[in-house]
Amino acid sequence: MADEPLVLGIETSCDETGVGIVRGTTLLADAIASSVDEHARFGGVVPEVASRAHLEAMVPTVERALKEAGVSAKDLDGIAVTAGPGLAGALLVGVSAAKAYAYALGKPLYGVNHLASHICVDQLEHGALPEPTMALLVSGGHSSLLLSSDITSDVRPMGATIDDAAGEAFDKIARVLNLGFPGGPVIDRYAREGDPSAIAFPRGLTGPRDPAYDFSFSGLKTAVARWIEAKRAAGEEVPVRDVAASFQEAVVDVLTRKAVRACKDEGVDHLMIGGGVAANSRLRALAQERCEAAGIRLRVPRPKLCTDNGAMVAALGAEMVARGRPASSWDLSADSSLPVTDPHVPGHDHVHEVSKENLYS
Amino acid sequence: MLLLALDTATPAVTVALHDGRDVVASFRQVDARRHGELLLPAVDRVLSDAGVKLDAVTGIVVGIGPGPYTGLRVGLMTADTFGLALGIPVHGVCTLDGLAHEADVEGPFVVATDARRKEVYWATYSDPRTRVSEPAVDRPADIAEQVEGLPAVGAGALLYPDIFPDAREPEHVSAAALAALAAERIEAGQDLPAPRPLYLRRPDAQVPKNYKVVTPK
Ligand SMILES: [Zn+2]
Repeated sequence: MADEPLVLGIETSCDETGVGIVRGTTLLADAIASSVDEHARFGGVVPEVASRAHLEAMVPTVERALKEAGVSAKDLDGIAVTAGPGLAGALLVGVSAAKAYAYALGKPLYGVNHLASHICVDQLEHGALPEPTMALLVSGGHSSLLLSSDITSDVRPMGATIDDAAGEAFDKIARVLNLGFPGGPVIDRYAREGDPSAIAFPRGLTGPRDPAYDFSFSGLKTAVARWIEAKRAAGEEVPVRDVAASFQEAVVDVLTRKAVRACKDEGVDHLMIGGGVAANSRLRALAQERCEAAGIRLRVPRPKLCTDNGAMVAALGAEMVARGRPASSWDLSADSSLPVTDPHVPGHDHVHEVSKENLYS
Repeated sequence: MLLLALDTATPAVTVALHDGRDVVASFRQVDARRHGELLLPAVDRVLSDAGVKLDAVTGIVVGIGPGPYTGLRVGLMTADTFGLALGIPVHGVCTLDGLAHEADVEGPFVVATDARRKEVYWATYSDPRTRVSEPAVDRPADIAEQVEGLPAVGAGALLYPDIFPDAREPEHVSAAALAALAAERIEAGQDLPAPRPLYLRRPDAQVPKNYKVVTPK
């Protein structure tokens, strides 16, 4: 459909330089450059290392995306960029690039929210997002439950982790078990051969007086690590597969139980799961099972779209264009703590109209 | 020739348009914390003042620092992207050279800018067009001997009068000076450096708490 908006999206909130191009809800290109290997010896993402890598990777990644999509930059209907939340310095590189690109091409600029983008990306996989949609976002950086009636204007936080992100717990336990990195896939693999009910690990924040939709994984992390240490201290062999399966079960049990409960409480019949942990096979299976039992339709994008990428930003940008949302101003800034309730950062004046006079004759 | 010059390596966000002989328009705002917000509106304003469309520009000139990284990258990323979108060359110029070009001094002098953390970015010049040392980052006290008796320009010199008793304006770089210098060098057929940042320091290996974990495979 040629009349759907053609949008390029830029994502630099963490260590991935992502540039995606979509036409409406159709994915045309998803180019990624990652600095993940440069961070490994530090045990986590080093913001300055990530920012330097974004600057070097940006232009080649934009060129790669345009080539992959087979479109010309002048045909774009808008440029979208992650304005936040994320690492301040890293975000600023993407925002600077997006502003210069939009300005030079004479296109509107859309500063959008990273979390809303994680939800909107599902449009590229399963078509228009049902309204309302409940979204469970789980990755190394986020664990939140969000309800959206319109992804361009209304995202409501239902719950979030009060300590560690779910993905972080996977990484930590994988490390304690000496299984390597990243923790998600490797735990998933070992868990398939283990017994999920072998060890009764705690389910955080599931008591009757606990917040219904918030998560906590710190206690679970400690409990699993202690259990392993105790085994080792006793000179016994650690049943790696059973530990992996029981730990994973504790995480996905809480995630899916709370997500399904939120759907029921709010009368929402669609649940989408996004973020890197959405690739976890047990999370998908248990979510499917529980959603079916509750009459809820589950939508999970393919793993490459679940992790940080530019396509998700482009997807949300295209939706902004399609729904006639106001563009951002040329003084758009990166906001490392952009609230999830702001799906985008609309302009505050008519800078765009003034500026058009300086563009192509 | 129509050059659009910009620099964000000092607290100034500075933009100028230069036609090869003269500065056509320029704008500068000093606010060390808002480079990201201020640069594009500044470009827009300079083009408006000159009554020029962006596609008339034949080359981009950008200050490559040294300078505090976060701000420095705003200028470089903007310049890189303009080059990509417009299909025109992007030339780098050392920010200290821009300051030197504007300095009203004869004979040898020093340019020093504020590198924060009680350090300065600095280099020595034999005249406003000729740098004689590589840009470096140091504590002022550690370079006292090397700069002794020399006039000095830039905020780094003005900040440390004990080490730089003969400190002078300009305090921050101007894109107009950067553009004039680039125009001279292009005219003379000289190669300008690639628009890559002069960080001069290795990144601080600080990992934020409760953020994404990355460990070796
Ligand atoms: Zn993310």
